[in-house]
Amino acid sequence: MERLIVSNETVLGLAPHIVFRFEEQRQRWVILAPERLLLPDEQAVEILKLLDGKAGVGAIIDVLAERYSGAPRELIARDVTAMLQDLADKGCLARVDAH
Amino acid sequence: MSTRIDRPAIDPPLALLAELTHRCPLRCPYCSNPVALARASEELSAAEWIGVLREAAALGVLQVHFSGGEPMARRDLAQLIAAASEHGLYGNLITSGTLGGSAEIEVFAKAGLKHVQLSFQDVAPDNADRIAGLAGAHGRKTAFAAAVRAAGLPLTLNMVVHRQNLRGLPDMIDMALALGARRLEVAHVQYYAWALVNRAAFLPSRAELDEATAVVKAARERLKGVLTIDYVIPDYHARRPKSCMNGWGRQFINIMPTGKAVPCHAAETLPGLDFPSVRDSSLADIWYRSAAFNRFRGTDWMAEPCRSCERREIDWGGCRCQAFQLAGDASRTDPVCALSPDHELVGAALAGAAASPPAFVYRQYR
Ligand code: SF4
Ligand code: SF4
Repeated sequence: MERLIVSNETVLGLAPHIVFRFEEQRQRWVILAPERLLLPDEQAVEILKLLDGKAGVGAIIDVLAERYSGAPRELIARDVTAMLQDLADKGCLARVDAH
Repeated sequence: MSTRIDRPAIDPPLALLAELTHRCPLRCPYCSNPVALARASEELSAAEWIGVLREAAALGVLQVHFSGGEPMARRDLAQLIAAASEHGLYGNLITSGTLGGSAEIEVFAKAGLKHVQLSFQDVAPDNADRIAGLAGAHGRKTAFAAAVRAAGLPLTLNMVVHRQNLRGLPDMIDMALALGARRLEVAHVQYYAWALVNRAAFLPSRAELDEATAVVKAARERLKGVLTIDYVIPDYHARRPKSCMNGWGRQFINIMPTGKAVPCHAAETLPGLDFPSVRDSSLADIWYRSAAFNRFRGTDWMAEPCRSCERREIDWGGCRCQAFQLAGDASRTDPVCALSPDHELVGAALAGAAASPPAFVYRQYR
């Protein structure tokens, strides 16, 4: 297996057996993974919701840059890529192949 | 409509450890099961476990770890996995991989299992079988790992390491990769239960530990994004204790085969605590209101040096069971802490392990 490197073109989805859901008791989103529980912050939740298995990372950055027109695009791009790379390294994300 | 929220100031548990049985074909001399093992006839029934899983989900538990003993010794395991999955619990199977193969794993995967953690005793088959106390165990585990991957389930390898297998660590990492694991746990023996009986046979020297730590550090860098390595150090060599279970009754609830609920698997040995059973109490009562789960919760129970220590909400004073085992009092500072007045007891144990390792006392029913 090789490390998944996140770039603008990468189309990402949740890796199999990763559960991303809203948890009623705690009223927050959680990521359930093998022997691990992640509590994504609001920003991360927003990004994860944009992973539709079709849009590449660059397109997702565009959507966010539109939403937060006050922030420079490069800054958003850097944060989003870093966050997704971290989740990919933790085994939570996988590449979605084009059909 | 009333807006009053009647909720106790204690967070709900994150994970439930379901120790389904103490039965196991292996006889590991570091087994964390109690020295007095429960018999099959005393175990909770499938219906009782299903009730526990339903209550756990309602309480806010997110993950359930099916463990033992060997959980596959229970014929109703698939039923329990399905029940957990129905309630939205993330199911993990912790197994020795010696009681089944593809057929069972396929059924578990269909029932909604999310992940398998498979234990190995060493990378060298002969030594692995010697430690497990069962000829042929290593070969069966290797086949089991392949079955897990063939069923499409993610795999974690669990390697318990100590002075009698630590040299093989680089090969263990290669084995994890070859078997298709995404995670590897390198867990130094923790000295409870059978491991405490066999402590001198397992405790590594400081130099051996440092070498292992360096191997793990290098492998983590080399394998970033490919293999996640969790590393548990033997805390006898540390200057500060581990945050045992992330604090008593803070995140974990452990149900023993007979239904007894404990904050960690070794807690049953602590005197003066009456641990409730799921046979007579609801899980909510046990978690929020039982005297046993509240006994060492938070920091109010602490004496000095913990009480005024800046780390008191980081390590929660270390392990209560270790304090009892080494210093004879569960409410003392964990002797592993260099600030503990009992710290010299740990030094004495390390000195005692310097000679050649004694023969194993294998796990058995007594
Ligand atoms: S540690 Fe060994 S003997 Fe104990 S339950 Fe696990 S596999 Fe069985
Ligand atoms: S004194 Fe207590 S709280 Fe402070 S580091 Fe030691 S065990 Fe932890």
